Amino acid sequence: MILITGPILSPTNIFAPASTPAQTIQGLSFLVLTITGAIFLTVFSLLCYAVVKFRERKGRDAAEPAQVYGSAQIELAWTVVPVLIVAVLFLATVRVIAKIQNAEPPTGAIKVTVIGHQYWWEYRYDDSKVVTANELHVPVSDPAHPTPTFLTLLSADTDHSFWVPRLAGKTDLIPNHPNSTWIDPHEIGLYLGQCSQYCGVQHAKMLLRVYVEARPDFDRWLTEQSRPAVASDSAAQGRQVFETTACVNCHTISGTAANGKFGPDLTHLVSRETIAAGSVRNTPQNLRRWIDNPQKLKQGCLMPAMGLSDSQLDAITAYMESLR
Amino acid sequence: MSTVPLTYDGAASERRPLGEILHEWVTTVDHKRLGILYILFALTFLVFGGIEATIMRIQLIRPHNDFVSPEVFNRMFTMHGTTMIFFAAMPVLFGFANYLVPLMIGARDMAFPRLNAFSFWMSAFGGFLLYFSLLGGNGLYGAGSAPDVGWFAYAPLTSQTFSLGHSTDYWTLSVLLSGIGSIGTAINIIATVISMRCPGMTLRRMPLLAWLNLTMAGLVVLAISPLTAAQLMLLIDRYLGGHFFDTQAGGSAVIWMHFFWIFGHPEVYVLAIPAFAFASEIIPVFSRKAIFGYPVMVAATLAIGFISMSVWAHHMFTVGMTAASNGFFVLSTMAIAVPTGIKIFNWLATMWGGRIQFRTPMLFCIGFLFQFLIAGLTGIMLSAAPFDWQLSNSYFVVAHFHYVIVGGILFTLFGAFYYWFPKMSGRMYNESLGKLHFWLFVIGFHLTFDFMHIPGLLGMPRRVYTYEPGRGWDLWNLIVTIGALFQGAAIIIFLANLLWSRWHGPAAGSDPWDAWTLEWTTASPPPEYNFAVLPEVKSRRPLWDLKHPEDPDWHYE
Amino acid sequence: MYGLIAAEASIFTIFVVAYIFYLGKSATGPQPSAVLRVPVFLTVCLLSSSLTIHFAGQSLKRGRLRPFTFWWLSTVLLGGIFLGGTAREWRHLIYDEGLTIQSNLFGTTYYSLVGLHAFHVVVGLAALTVVLAFALYGRVQREHAERVEVLSMYWHFVDSVWVVVFIVVYLIGR
Repeated sequence: MILITGPILSPTNIFAPASTPAQTIQGLSFLVLTITGAIFLTVFSLLCYAVVKFRERKGRDAAEPAQVYGSAQIELAWTVVPVLIVAVLFLATVRVIAKIQNAEPPTGAIKVTVIGHQYWWEYRYDDSKVVTANELHVPVSDPAHPTPTFLTLLSADTDHSFWVPRLAGKTDLIPNHPNSTWIDPHEIGLYLGQCSQYCGVQHAKMLLRVYVEARPDFDRWLTEQSRPAVASDSAAQGRQVFETTACVNCHTISGTAANGKFGPDLTHLVSRETIAAGSVRNTPQNLRRWIDNPQKLKQGCLMPAMGLSDSQLDAITAYMESLR
Repeated sequence: MSTVPLTYDGAASERRPLGEILHEWVTTVDHKRLGILYILFALTFLVFGGIEATIMRIQLIRPHNDFVSPEVFNRMFTMHGTTMIFFAAMPVLFGFANYLVPLMIGARDMAFPRLNAFSFWMSAFGGFLLYFSLLGGNGLYGAGSAPDVGWFAYAPLTSQTFSLGHSTDYWTLSVLLSGIGSIGTAINIIATVISMRCPGMTLRRMPLLAWLNLTMAGLVVLAISPLTAAQLMLLIDRYLGGHFFDTQAGGSAVIWMHFFWIFGHPEVYVLAIPAFAFASEIIPVFSRKAIFGYPVMVAATLAIGFISMSVWAHHMFTVGMTAASNGFFVLSTMAIAVPTGIKIFNWLATMWGGRIQFRTPMLFCIGFLFQFLIAGLTGIMLSAAPFDWQLSNSYFVVAHFHYVIVGGILFTLFGAFYYWFPKMSGRMYNESLGKLHFWLFVIGFHLTFDFMHIPGLLGMPRRVYTYEPGRGWDLWNLIVTIGALFQGAAIIIFLANLLWSRWHGPAAGSDPWDAWTLEWTTASPPPEYNFAVLPEVKSRRPLWDLKHPEDPDWHYE
Repeated sequence: MYGLIAAEASIFTIFVVAYIFYLGKSATGPQPSAVLRVPVFLTVCLLSSSLTIHFAGQSLKRGRLRPFTFWWLSTVLLGGIFLGGTAREWRHLIYDEGLTIQSNLFGTTYYSLVGLHAFHVVVGLAALTVVLAFALYGRVQREHAERVEVLSMYWHFVDSVWVVVFIVVYLIGR
């Protein structure tokens, strides 16, 4: 077993915690691994020894070995010891459960409602009314004055699960069953994860990206996200196409007539590094390909090919590119 | 105690028309024939399940692979899980139980032979129905209309809204039918063990295999029914407009999980306990010692059966239960490790001081001991709920349960195949090929399932048809896939060995292993009536008493 | 039969758990307290049929065939009245109160649970009727007492399930 202390092997390594829940879990896991490791070594050695020492030697013993039917003392010993081990493990585990599950949000905590969809993530910042999709921004949390982010987890359709290994254990998003989890990342950076409860065809491409930023940067991001869409003359034609085809049925662009809730909010689309829930880089080329036929990039996702002409595609892409 | 040995050599008698032979097999109610039918049926579906696994592993050999589409992949993991659990593992274990339990308790057949046949054909039809789903929908290369909701079919993914067409119904109905068959067999085993033991065989003198199959049957009766109930509810939701799991109408997705896992967890003990039974019969014979601590082995098994009904929500630690509920299930899950560990120690103590013979059945049981130990320990890791919050639904869990089912249960099953093949067929298998099977399979098993833990620890979830490069998962997935090839090769050698030996192996005689339980007193294969005169026993090892009249077991029991 | 009863008890338990879980959770549609009427008479009939089948079994064991047939016939009739009454109750619920399996959680869980029970009554009644036919032709003798006893066990089980259903649905749930 390789114990990792830094994200050397992977950006989603559970043994590279960067937030209190993940850290606490790692602490418990070391205890569990030590105990199970010790048990393994003991029993493994005894097994190896038995297999070597008591093997049949040709010609030597013709008679059957001594038949031993049992031993009360031995049986008692190897019942009592495991019971004690279980007691220790149980108590340690329950403490960690309480620490993580019963944490209350301190004043100043960021609160975000996460709504799982087939196959993208909706984020609604409770206090500022910001609505965005797929890329979650949170402020870094100083352990001395913690500013954790508390997430309320809901689902619009089937079961999903929010798992960013370096930040916390996973918690499911279940329709009609609100859940909650929290993270307090100690280091600035980008943390990856993905949906971890099978939710349908494109479960595999429902990726998570959590951007942990310094407080001023986060505040600036939040302010920009809360503004309505940038109006742009060069993109007026694209906006017209957007608003007169079916796009508005699913997408919202705040400050315009587009008010659909089925698909991601596009108001600040260009501020995101990826599209298609983290699975495609957000470049004009990719965006155009996506709008032309999403099924080619993410077969089975719920956005249909709109059957747009080349000029319509150009116009809409230009409009999308204006949504900073 | 005596039997009239009948050396009935099928090949020497006159050739009968194929139609007559088939008719006999299709209408049989003989427990031995039904046992063999179950086993052949299970082996067929084992191969299908293996093909599904291979397809998945090829798809996952590198990131962004396009060997199969996401739709096909999702059908593959659903079919693989459903096939392996319901149409490979359960039938093969029922098959062995059917064959061995009457023989080992000195009975002539099961208590209800016609119910036995009915149960088999129900299960067989269920398997047929599941695979019939491949025809339909988009056609075979799109994997037809096969279910794609995962083997535990979580709501509301299974509702009409999210699962159009009939693929989910194929899952529901085929499993429902096999469940009815399973309950029938379980009732049969219970009635047989309770009322048909031969004179002198008190419950305390019964072979451990009979005790463990009795426990397994009790679990089946109590645990399969919740799944049946939940599936009826799902059908009502899908076809009669019910709202059991309809979250839009206030229904609960979580209650499906509860109902499913109330079935699902005891189910894995339904699979594991007969595997323990094989180990409990094979290890003593090849260590040349009685099983260590028979009464404790029985008590531990009953404890496992009982506790297993109270651990189910450890599959639901991430669902958002209260801290207190999570705590309860942590405790019950850790508690079940105690009797399970005791059993491992008892098997070890049986080998201790013995004279171990490394024949193929024993090799597989030794492999089982090492691997089941590891599987149990990863289980303890998963039982620590916060650790499970990281590991659940990841490849760590997939590695854990395959370690149990393949490394534990399948290994003892291989042991059982080799151990009882001479009895069932009258012929001895080829020992060198058996050993080759063992070593190839061990290499393949460890390549695949040891390394499979690592992507889980590095954040790879399960049920994904592809994955991103740059997450550190690529190399491990490659190794895992390579291991699958070794296992496939080993299985081919296994099947070839059995097939060839069935017709060309040397005659085995009635007791090739110098063993101690009643089935070894009959001819190989046993005549239809098993025993001409019902045996009378005085201890747990009647043949030991006969072979060692100066030092019989009943002096010590 | 004990094995079968254990399995069936397990199935019913799950349906009862679902019923209890969803009590009070129906946001719309008819509610239990509004539409359910306590079926006292039907319950008395069904539970009495347990008594009559018991007497039938006793008679057969003693070889008294005419009383056996009489008690067995009473059991079938009482079971039939129960089913007929249930049908009437459902007719009222569906057409007068608008409660169907689709209306709300109450409708779904009610019809599923009571329906599952009624299905078991139907199956039981069918088996009882077959035995009744044999009895009327004089083909049931003292040596069949044990087999008839097995069927009685099933019938007692069905009745005890009704006791649970009655308490949960009509007493607690309302």
